Amino acid sequence: MSETLLILIPLLPLLGFLINGLGFPNLPKGAVGIIGTLAVVASFVLSIMTFNAFLAGGSQPFIVPLFDWITVGELKIPFSFQIDQLSLLMLMIITGVGSLIHIYSIGYMHHDAGFGKFFAYLNLFLFFMLLLVLGSNYVIMFIGWEGVGLCSYLLIGFWNKNTNYNNAARKAFIMNRVGDLGFLLGIFTIIATFGSVEYADVFSKATGFQVGDPVIVTITLFLFIGAMGKSAQIPLYTWLPDAMAGPTPVSALIHAATMVTAGIYMVIRSNVLYSLAPSTLEIVGIIGAATALFAASIGLLQNDIKKVLAYSTVSQLGYMFMGLGAMAYSASMFHVITHAFFKALLFLGAGSVIHAMSDEQDIRSMGGLRKKLPITFLTFLIATIAISGIPPFAGFFSKDEILAHVFEHNKILWVIGVLGSLMTSFYMFRLLFLTFFGTFRGTHEQEHHLHESPASMTIPLVILAVLSAVGGFIGVPEALHGTHYLAEFMSPLYDAARQVNPEAFEPTILSHSEEYLLMGISVAVALVSAVIAYVMYVQKAAVPEADTVEKSALQKAVYNKYYVDELYDAVFVKPIKTLSNVLYSFGEFFIDLIVNAFVKLTSFLAGQLKKTQSGSTGDYVFAMVLGIVAILFWKLLL
Amino acid sequence: MLTLLLILLPIAAGIITLLSGERLAKQVALIGGLASLGVAVFTWLQFDPAAGSQFGFKYAWAASGSISFAAGIDGISLVLVLLTTFLTPLIILSAFKHEYKSTASFYSLILFMEAALIGVFTATDAFLFYLFFEAALIPVYFLAAVWGGENRAKVTLKFFIYTIFGSLFMLVALVYLYYQTPGAHSSEISAFYQLQLSPFQQGFIFWAFFIAFAIKMPLFPFHTWQPDTYTESPTQATMLLSGIMLKMGVYGLIRFLLPIVPEGMANWGLLAMILSVIGIIYGSIIAIQQSDMKRLIAYSSFAHVGLMAAGVFSSSVNGLQGALIQMLAHGINVIGLFFIVDIIYSRTKTRYLDQLGGITQSTPHLSVYFMVLLLGSVALPLTNGFVGEFLLLSSVFQYDGWLGAIAGLTIILGSVYMLRLFQKSMFGPRSKWVEGFQDLTASERAVLLPLVIMVFWIGIYPNTFLKITEPAVSQLLQLVNN
Repeated sequence: MSETLLILIPLLPLLGFLINGLGFPNLPKGAVGIIGTLAVVASFVLSIMTFNAFLAGGSQPFIVPLFDWITVGELKIPFSFQIDQLSLLMLMIITGVGSLIHIYSIGYMHHDAGFGKFFAYLNLFLFFMLLLVLGSNYVIMFIGWEGVGLCSYLLIGFWNKNTNYNNAARKAFIMNRVGDLGFLLGIFTIIATFGSVEYADVFSKATGFQVGDPVIVTITLFLFIGAMGKSAQIPLYTWLPDAMAGPTPVSALIHAATMVTAGIYMVIRSNVLYSLAPSTLEIVGIIGAATALFAASIGLLQNDIKKVLAYSTVSQLGYMFMGLGAMAYSASMFHVITHAFFKALLFLGAGSVIHAMSDEQDIRSMGGLRKKLPITFLTFLIATIAISGIPPFAGFFSKDEILAHVFEHNKILWVIGVLGSLMTSFYMFRLLFLTFFGTFRGTHEQEHHLHESPASMTIPLVILAVLSAVGGFIGVPEALHGTHYLAEFMSPLYDAARQVNPEAFEPTILSHSEEYLLMGISVAVALVSAVIAYVMYVQKAAVPEADTVEKSALQKAVYNKYYVDELYDAVFVKPIKTLSNVLYSFGEFFIDLIVNAFVKLTSFLAGQLKKTQSGSTGDYVFAMVLGIVAILFWKLLL
Repeated sequence: MLTLLLILLPIAAGIITLLSGERLAKQVALIGGLASLGVAVFTWLQFDPAAGSQFGFKYAWAASGSISFAAGIDGISLVLVLLTTFLTPLIILSAFKHEYKSTASFYSLILFMEAALIGVFTATDAFLFYLFFEAALIPVYFLAAVWGGENRAKVTLKFFIYTIFGSLFMLVALVYLYYQTPGAHSSEISAFYQLQLSPFQQGFIFWAFFIAFAIKMPLFPFHTWQPDTYTESPTQATMLLSGIMLKMGVYGLIRFLLPIVPEGMANWGLLAMILSVIGIIYGSIIAIQQSDMKRLIAYSSFAHVGLMAAGVFSSSVNGLQGALIQMLAHGINVIGLFFIVDIIYSRTKTRYLDQLGGITQSTPHLSVYFMVLLLGSVALPLTNGFVGEFLLLSSVFQYDGWLGAIAGLTIILGSVYMLRLFQKSMFGPRSKWVEGFQDLTASERAVLLPLVIMVFWIGIYPNTFLKITEPAVSQLLQLVNN
């Protein structure tokens, strides 16, 4: 595997961006779709080749230096890539799921006037996402980190005539920037502490630190602020539900499968640092659990098909951070992978539904779609089972592994996790039943238009459904007499962390029977929720009430997302605006007042001084005498 | 001798422009600007970063043998000369679509301004520096006062008096330093570096320089002349002021303040740093609610320059290198943004965000150029703004963690006001003011394309420029740390 080919992995999507971006008014639609998709598929093929070469070469990580990017004094920031287990796994997800979503978009975006722009942005996103995971140091990660934020901004506001969409896009960018500042301060602390930003340097030097060293705690906290922004954790999560303003394939790729998992990638990448900072990990776990529960509860009452999935994503990301908090790095990565499959599938399925429903997103207007959209329905069903954690589908294995680790670590968080599972299963089956079961509740016109999506859209659905169904078998726990291939593969990543904090990596103390019990509980919870949802929405055929109907206070709070947006608006947005106006009108006026006063004072003094130049000899003699007296006084008395 | 050529060529070009008459003035001025750029690039190719000050000249000044007409180019001078000569032809070209009265005078003033700026950046004699520092004020004053907006008379007078007032402090400091030099006295800047001054003397000189340069940049709270002047001046004068002239202040800090009064820095640097950081936040917050696009960018420029100054006051290699690369980046971005405002204004006759909206629907080219310059200005990685902001913030953070974190708020606030600027003008429903809005003309693209290329060049391969300045910066820091 030559290095040139490796460089092509991010470069091909960049090339696709340039071709489509610069040439789209002149390129035929067919060519645009093919160029955009081919760039990513080729990248995927190259990723597989790299993966195989890596395995064949004895799984030895290596660095591909490209050029010196920023050199200042002692600080050298090279532009270089690092290939190891983690970057390879991310490569496979990004380019694999990315390819499917590109294919899907050919069908989904077919009628859109901005078709070329869309593919250009999507390719640019992949370029930055690949940089993020391929970089061999924190600053390259930061390039990708901000770059994907830009693409997210551009794609959320893709339909830029709509002011609400633009506001959603701006909100996403700014909120991410809050996290980015944390990331940046983390990098600065890393530079101050280690004198380098290269992972290899930083991690090897970190092994000289004690567990709990305040500097490491500081660094990990700063980095985690970045992760909270990008991966939509409390308190920086409110941008993600709004991000659903973007076209649905964007929600699938960026706001579910790849970009939002960057925070998890960052923590796993920095596992040496985090393993040295158990107090940070406590915080990570608590924030993750809180987010998992909080977002799931909001999902219970949402009626917009994409909003439900968005809160579900926030909640699932919370589970991943819960896992990280319990130092179950591989388990979290496992959930990143399975989540990429089933959540991308759910969004694409939702896209297929929206496509069929003539852009309707309210599930209260749907119902009974399973007959008209059989492929969409079946695949959506598989994804729903997978995310709910029902065996043997993918989500069961990964979520269960996280919960088992959390149980060992902190029983309270585990209870929260199980509660979250209960809600997850309920809101997902609620969504499934309201959309695909019962009778159609939309308009006649919509009913008339109902159709299954074209093959370019259903084929990706089917592939993702297969992956959601069987993807969990890469990590079957020992208790179920399987092999955890993923954990074995990722194990070398933690060598340094194991060395600095051996206790944290001791094998599980749970007995098999305990593990069975835990599995039993989470499966039972999921099934019970599914049954309740079935009774409510299929047997009783309940439909959520219209917005005009009066709700109880609690329902209202949940339905309005606990008024967090309103809270932020009152606490941050409005005061800053007021401050801006005050500074502009009063601050500037006041400073000018001083300046003018100074000018006045100067001219006044000048006027006074002018009087001394009276031209009268008597005055001068008088002044001279005064001066001599003053000097004498000074000399004699002091 | 190249230095002399660099200073004289724009003067000659300015005179020829003046003589060439109203019809040809534009073209002649552009050729003159390009010729200067050519000489600057040639100088760059001949330049050896490790060799210190090069291509110099020195003539004794009439009255006194110890004050001389002396200039030369080291790494720090070179990047600023490159910036000046790169931007001047673009500024000239950006004026092509306007029909200014007394065209020849207008363009020749721009060229005279260029000569003075190059003089400032290359002078190795303190009094020559002072001379150019003041001389640079004259052309831009006339540009603003003759071709400016309605309130120009009042605004430009304030600007003129304010900055002259500031420079007087510098003059006092320079004269004082001159008389401190041993023997027959010398006004070579490098002679000032050798002076052994008491902490009291250093404190006094520190503040004299600080006030002069703080007014020029401007830094908080000496900035109240700036937003009005930027807003009232014709776009080309605003470009000269913001793109190049404010760099004279930052340059002055680097060339005079740090190396001459290191102890003054040690004693008072923190206060200067705090003022700079206040300016960053203060300017950014005010920019958030501005409706006039020009004023919005003026405040953003004020915020950016605060960060450059903060980097210089950290007296670290990151801070200085960051300030230098940021001067290039800021010059490029701010000129591009002011030009885009000019384009929008010339088509819609309004600069108010409340009246604009939906421009992007008919302008794919303008949208892309605007977006790239905006990204540079909000310091997105791989654009020019990132390198400088990264280095500057890291230097402030290492100086003091809290100040660094506060200064870091600029990356959030910057995106708040910049994205608002873009959204309110380009996105959203189409306003009646932008009906029939035409995309960029060829000459407009000719201005924007070089800027955008530089946005990426500096962002992707900043070492081109960092390597030029590195030896000069480390030399300077040795003086500071001794």
